[in-house]
Amino acid sequence: MTETAPFFSDADLAGDFYTRRFQPGPSENTLILNMGPQHPSTHGVLRIVLEVDGEYIVRAEPVLGYLHRMHERMAEEKTYLQYLPNMGRVDYLHALAWNWAFVGAVERLAGIEVPERAEYIRVITTELNRVASHLVWWGAYLLDLGAFTPILYAFEDREWILDLLQTPTGARLTYSYFRPGGVAADIDKEFLKGAKDFAVHMRDRLKMYKDLVTDNIIFRKRLEGIGPISLDMCRRYGATGPVVRGSGLAYDVRRAEPYSVYDRFEFEIPTTGSGDAMGRYRVRMEELEQSLRIIEQAVDSIPEGEIRVKGAPKVKWKAPAGEAYFAVEGGRGKIGVHLVSDGSNRPYRCKLRAPGFSNMSLFGEIARGILLADAVAILGSLDLVIPEMDR
Amino acid sequence: MDLGELDARKGFFKETLAGLWSLVVGLKVTGKYFFRPQITVHYPRRTVDNIPSFRGPIELISREEDPAKPKCGACSMCVSACPSGCFTVTKKRPPAPTPEEIAEQKEKEARGEKVKKKAAPKEPERFLYDYSLCSLCGTCVEACPSGALRFSASPYRAAFDRKELVFDLLADLAERAREDRNPPGTGKTTE
Repeated sequence: MTETAPFFSDADLAGDFYTRRFQPGPSENTLILNMGPQHPSTHGVLRIVLEVDGEYIVRAEPVLGYLHRMHERMAEEKTYLQYLPNMGRVDYLHALAWNWAFVGAVERLAGIEVPERAEYIRVITTELNRVASHLVWWGAYLLDLGAFTPILYAFEDREWILDLLQTPTGARLTYSYFRPGGVAADIDKEFLKGAKDFAVHMRDRLKMYKDLVTDNIIFRKRLEGIGPISLDMCRRYGATGPVVRGSGLAYDVRRAEPYSVYDRFEFEIPTTGSGDAMGRYRVRMEELEQSLRIIEQAVDSIPEGEIRVKGAPKVKWKAPAGEAYFAVEGGRGKIGVHLVSDGSNRPYRCKLRAPGFSNMSLFGEIARGILLADAVAILGSLDLVIPEMDR
Repeated sequence: MDLGELDARKGFFKETLAGLWSLVVGLKVTGKYFFRPQITVHYPRRTVDNIPSFRGPIELISREEDPAKPKCGACSMCVSACPSGCFTVTKKRPPAPTPEEIAEQKEKEARGEKVKKKAAPKEPERFLYDYSLCSLCGTCVEACPSGALRFSASPYRAAFDRKELVFDLLADLAERAREDRNPPGTGKTTE
């Protein structure tokens, strides 16, 4: 038998690039701690290098790239239609918003009109998807904070949406449903009825959520006043979505740059001025209600007609040369796709603007001087989806 | 005891009571759930009922006159449309000429006439589909000019080896024809 080398013989015990570059602070009493990349409350492979003094965080630096899949480069290697399935995998929780951002950019680039029925279908499915996304956030966030039961209730309701969306899209999570010039499949009366029934059911559940969680004193003490983000900080980092709305600015792409048929629906943009974790929580809970309102209005007024425009791009389609930018409001904020075309069948460049990246970037600044336990509460309140940040 | 201290004590009791009450409310919600019927499904013993609407692995659609023959014309549009290169399609070669035909051809050549070779039948010789690469986007289904592809509805296609996930769709079609479970048109096959 040969003697085996000790397990750590080749391991670099001085730490990797990030920990070495992360200089210890002036005090000798601090400890450098890695939170992640395998940490249950970072929801994926996010790593945060922390310098802690006891229970307090002195510095925090997020390290990204563990889930980088080169989506932007892949766009340059694939035709416009072939790139569609990638969009369902950028942000798996709100896949339809990314679907929409990309097909929207292609449509703007080529000047393709979308039939009205397809626009309504897009609105209904995307809003259902947004509700599902917020439900996952709600359940997982409370799981981070130590409450186990709510995620079971959230997933029960989410299951309803997944079953609904499975009928037209054929998938349950990584949807590839929108096409340039329309959608892949039509929705039937059953789906519309199901969507309406869901809205009624969900309103009832929101009341229960409020009783169970929002009004719970332990929960409120855990969140109120934690991680305040000022509007100025949001501007500096480019934070969007519920983060900036939680800080008091009513910015929503659906209202600020109305796309599709959103200007026909009545809905409010919920904001709170507190800017803390509780404010962001309240904004998201109110957004669920607003999404249900949009779904109900869209179901009531959906017209008959085509779901895909005649002459929609086919396999050998070539885009006209030019540039286009299209932004939609995703569950986490402003999603933008910038396409540059040189007239061939593939994009010359495709830039994906992920809201999660900007929202997460401000963590390093607000984490200074907070308790380690509060860091989890703040990270959760930013609603991070790691594959979206890394792309 | 001054008034300020009294107020502070009052506030403390109020908060404690409110906290206890929120506990009672929460327990009421979960307590109700405790006595409700189960909503999860014990998988191997029972399955969910909406599997048919699921878009599973791609399968070939048969011709109406012959359930063992695919509609496919071996044009390879699916090959060029697929983002991940799942398909390997080879066209059938033209049938080998019989001795009489060869003789006839030679005769024609001798006379100086143009010889027409037999055209290859528009059918696939081999139709392989690598499910391990597929992202079920449906680009191939939409690209197919003869409408020969559709999604099946079988979610149970797990395997221990990657090689097991390369499906021979022609063999699959023949097997379905043999077992007489080949719904025509866009109807999906379920397991």
